[in-house]
Amino acid sequence: MNKLPEPKQPEKLIDDKGLRIDGRRLDQLRPLKLEVGLLDKADGSAYIEQGKNKILVAVYGPREAHPKHIAMPERAVIRCRYHMAPFSVDERKSPAPSRREMELSKVIRESLEPVVLTDLYPRTTIDVFIEVLQSDGGSRCAGITAASLALADAGIPMKELVAACAVGKIQGKIALDLSDAEDKYGDADLPVALVPNMGLVTLLQMDGNLTTGEFEQGLSMAMDACKTIHNMQRETLKKKYATVKETVEEREEQEIAA
Amino acid sequence: MSATPQLPPVAKLEQKTVVDLIAKGKRIDERGLESYRPIEIRVGLIEKANGSAQVHLGKSKVLAGIKVELGTPFPDTPEEGVLTVNAELVPLASPSFELGPPSEAAIELSRVVDRGIRESKAVDLKSLVIQKGKKVQVVYVDVYVLDHDGNLIDAAAMAALAALANSKVAKMEMKGEEVVSKGGHHQLPLNNHPVAVTFAKIDKTIVVDPSLEEEQVMSARLTVTIDKNGHLCAMQKGGLYGFTPDELKKAVNLAVAKAAENRAKIMAAAKG
Repeated sequence: MNKLPEPKQPEKLIDDKGLRIDGRRLDQLRPLKLEVGLLDKADGSAYIEQGKNKILVAVYGPREAHPKHIAMPERAVIRCRYHMAPFSVDERKSPAPSRREMELSKVIRESLEPVVLTDLYPRTTIDVFIEVLQSDGGSRCAGITAASLALADAGIPMKELVAACAVGKIQGKIALDLSDAEDKYGDADLPVALVPNMGLVTLLQMDGNLTTGEFEQGLSMAMDACKTIHNMQRETLKKKYATVKETVEEREEQEIAA
Repeated sequence: MSATPQLPPVAKLEQKTVVDLIAKGKRIDERGLESYRPIEIRVGLIEKANGSAQVHLGKSKVLAGIKVELGTPFPDTPEEGVLTVNAELVPLASPSFELGPPSEAAIELSRVVDRGIRESKAVDLKSLVIQKGKKVQVVYVDVYVLDHDGNLIDAAAMAALAALANSKVAKMEMKGEEVVSKGGHHQLPLNNHPVAVTFAKIDKTIVVDPSLEEEQVMSARLTVTIDKNGHLCAMQKGGLYGFTPDELKKAVNLAVAKAAENRAKIMAAAKG
């Protein structure tokens, strides 16, 4: 009885002016907000809002591997958990990990593996915890964007940040960064993670129906968006560490004055 | 939680042999870089299943069985039957398969096979409704890996498609409140024939249909599932590294050609 009304299927995903249900153009991202270093106990943390997605990521490590037998002699083991809160979706989701969450934990870990310099920390683990507090379309990609920020915030040496974004097909047109409704009623979803300067796609999944031409168009649209997101990630880190630097300098000045 | 997998205990020399050969454009089993291993498909081996197929892809062996049972539809799709795909990596198939709840690899395998069948709308789910919103037929696709010599995704997808194409379903109707058999069977209606094509990246080279020896040295894996219209219906990248956009575009175009070849073999075998 207390259930919220379920969103109805929109009549059109794209209106006569070529705008989408939330007023975006086909190649426009949803509003994106990034934050780092907001958790006290984690070695690194990040928060992302992308559309209605609200995702918190914590990184612990490198730390001693537990249980010991999972340790690898030549590199750090990366462990990753993508998990959705029970209240993150329209209908309550059981907190037990679903098959979908297990698959996503794997592909998200694999999207991060190529950039982390794991050979610097043999016999340790680096744990990445992704908690989806509220879910919208594209939560795995938002999770990756935030996870790579949290790794950087933890001070873990990386070749580069990984940025991710999905494209899809709605009403026969390729569109960037699908929302929940567009994903549900659209024709295809293509999540992509990119390491921009290495030119390496480290996550690629697809479901729906695309021609090879549409795939190529979608891939290039997703890669452009990843580059935009990558710049925002860098700015977020710079801003955070500029404030840290200022605070330290202020404190030093006060100490000298005293 | 997903963890970096432990490296398989393969002799460095063996690994080097595989990698060095591929750098020269050759493969350890003397195939071309874009060739599949021999494919053998037999259907209808399990009489108690509605449909079944066993695929030998080189030395990899996968059995798929279809069971169709009575059930209830999902509340959000009252006018559709239900399709579920499960994969078991049974311990007899490989020293690396262990007893216990499904591993991450088993879950990924079943979900990639599922995505190909579901997204191409291969099974005509509307035809499975007996009473709208109440009674439908549920199609269980169970993939059983019997011998693991690499590229289980393609072998499992082939076995699933051949088994579905080989499935007979009892004709059912409502009599009052009860579901009864009308007598007789009909072929499970299939609207599409999705075929998975998997690539491995070894050093800088992309090969089709990796064997186990090749999977043990690959840096990344890509599966592209193609429907009968030559469109993409599912994709999955795996492994610890990635692909360049050019590698992806090349692989997708090659997948269209390879899928057409394999589809012809699968559908010919399924007709039995």
